[in-house]
Amino acid sequence: MHNLAFDISHTLAGGLVLISFMMLYQDRLYSLLNVFALHAVVLALSVAWQAYVQDAPHLYVTAVIALVFKAIVIPVGLHRIVKQLGIHRDIESAVGIGPTMLAGMGLVALSMVLMLRVTSEADPLAREDLAFALSVVLLGLLVMVTRRNAVSQVVGFMSLENGLVLAATGAKGMPLVVEISVAFSILIAFIVIGIFLFRIRERFDSVDVSALDDFRGERR
Amino acid sequence: MSVASFNPVTAVLLIPIASAALLAVLPGYRLTARLNVVASLATFLSALSLFVIDRPHPGPYVLVDDLNIVFIVLNTFVGFTTSIFSASYIGHELETGRLTPVYLRFYHAMYQIMMFGMNLAFVSNNIGLMWVAVEIATLTTVLMVGIYRTHAALEAAWKYFILGSVGIAFALFGTILVYMAARPVVGEGQDGMVWTLLIQHAATFDPALLNVAFVFLFLGYGTKVGLAPLHAWLPDAHAEGPTPISAVLSGLLLNVALYALLRFKILLAANPAAIAPGPLMVTMGLVSLIFAAFMLYRRRDIKRLFAYSSIEHMGIIVFAFGMGGPLANFAGLLHMVMHSLTKSAIFFAVGHISQIKGTQRISRIRGLTVTHPALGWGLVVGVAAIAGLPPLGIFMSEFLVVSSTFARQPLLAIALVFGILLAFGALMMRLTSVAFGEPRGSTASAEASYVPMFAHLALVLGAGIYLPAPLVVWFQHVARLLG
Repeated sequence: MHNLAFDISHTLAGGLVLISFMMLYQDRLYSLLNVFALHAVVLALSVAWQAYVQDAPHLYVTAVIALVFKAIVIPVGLHRIVKQLGIHRDIESAVGIGPTMLAGMGLVALSMVLMLRVTSEADPLAREDLAFALSVVLLGLLVMVTRRNAVSQVVGFMSLENGLVLAATGAKGMPLVVEISVAFSILIAFIVIGIFLFRIRERFDSVDVSALDDFRGERR
Repeated sequence: MSVASFNPVTAVLLIPIASAALLAVLPGYRLTARLNVVASLATFLSALSLFVIDRPHPGPYVLVDDLNIVFIVLNTFVGFTTSIFSASYIGHELETGRLTPVYLRFYHAMYQIMMFGMNLAFVSNNIGLMWVAVEIATLTTVLMVGIYRTHAALEAAWKYFILGSVGIAFALFGTILVYMAARPVVGEGQDGMVWTLLIQHAATFDPALLNVAFVFLFLGYGTKVGLAPLHAWLPDAHAEGPTPISAVLSGLLLNVALYALLRFKILLAANPAAIAPGPLMVTMGLVSLIFAAFMLYRRRDIKRLFAYSSIEHMGIIVFAFGMGGPLANFAGLLHMVMHSLTKSAIFFAVGHISQIKGTQRISRIRGLTVTHPALGWGLVVGVAAIAGLPPLGIFMSEFLVVSSTFARQPLLAIALVFGILLAFGALMMRLTSVAFGEPRGSTASAEASYVPMFAHLALVLGAGIYLPAPLVVWFQHVARLLG
């Protein structure tokens, strides 16, 4: 049954890459948050599958954390923030959708070429997982770069972290320390972000990061 | 507690975390500021005791060896002196209403958690744990940078948070790749992340995987070292946060990231088939140095000026470690220690100056040596040190970096000297306008504690004139460890 295990984990990891692409062209905040929740669900499935295949029960914990916090708590929390701030209508993207998608494809190709070449010695399951994980990380980065809005930058950052979790679970037998810390860092990140969003709102009546640029320390 | 059962490593970690909890609940600014100093002193003393007490055997989590003990002692020492400076600085912030008592409690608790994170990063023997520790230290400083809640402070904190997170994400990816490279050799689970085991088997790791891992680690931790072009967060974070935080950011947090980088450099050097990390580090170091030297000329904000100077010096240090070899490594280590001491002393001075003058704009600060002799001359000595004038410590370390480079790569040495001279010119230009000339701005007397600043400067001066032989032997030994 090795092949089935292999195929399922690839389908899930590939699904994550695909959903990362979907994030790139969302032009409304609510839909971006929904896509992110989907991303987290697929991540949870993928981690759970790895836990089953590798016979590593501690990974189920990571899967549950992903499901509860990233697929439910954080998207719901962000939904409420977006609603309170009244910024649900649009996302100010700095770059058009066409170039963004092209850049995304380039990044995925890059990570495939890079990771598949250097990991030729590693076992195939981890190998392609790692390539997918790097794609998710880079696409998350792209989301952060192409969006101006603080909330969507945060979503990009969290999808980037999802890629890291995928990589960590793909590396067979990696100690629990790291996975919990990853989950934890996201939690802390969320608290930090929550505080910041409200402070920014308080100060600027906007969460558009470009509004902040006007106050750059040295502008004359 | 008997001396035998006293465990300094535990103390170095426990004291900060326990006092953070205490500081978070205790009211009253004077009490908490003093407690902060006492806790930092206790941490420093336990770190010092590492020299005399038998070191714990390297376990799966904790490691104390000749390399990191230098970093731990330096870290806790500057943490201690900064807490003294912070006590006299923060009181004034309270009076002027820039901070409220609640924020002050938060500030002190965060200060100790940050110290905890940095100490943990130094003592951890586990590359995963080290990553977590660097993350803790970063997140606490993000919160501290934003503590004034002004437009600029929020922007700086946000930028720092986003760039720092991307950096830390890359670092984690690199860490995972190192684990992947180690797994076939060292075995699954915990062992694959223990640094002492990794270094033993590093020669048999898959070099291709290790190479890619190092690139990610270099980009990730390099962001936190503040290497150009990944430095964008650094000037803002230094300029907008409270000055004690600028001092520890420049003096300590950059070292933490550098330390992580050095550990992985040793790992890579142990594998003959992997790429040499040297050229990469030399290039980035040189780029940072020259870039920062040019940027120094256009600064109008005094804290930003010294932030760019930190980028410059980190460039020199990374350059020195990239060159490698006993002499260049020795120079790099010495330069790192000298930079930490000098830069924090400068920030101590700058903190009080900007409080007195009510501004950080260089054009509004004039004639400090006339109105505030202690602060003014302290700043003059500090800037002279950071610019590399003899007989101060940085002159010696820069001289060693340059001469060791000349011996091996004369062309690179020319670029290095060019960068150093360029930065020297900028710093001197700014210094003369700030320290001398017709006084401008408020002449109110400073309620400052000068002890930390002059203690640091005395150490820097002392090191420039005479380095004690045991210290030299120690550094030489560590330099050989670094390869």
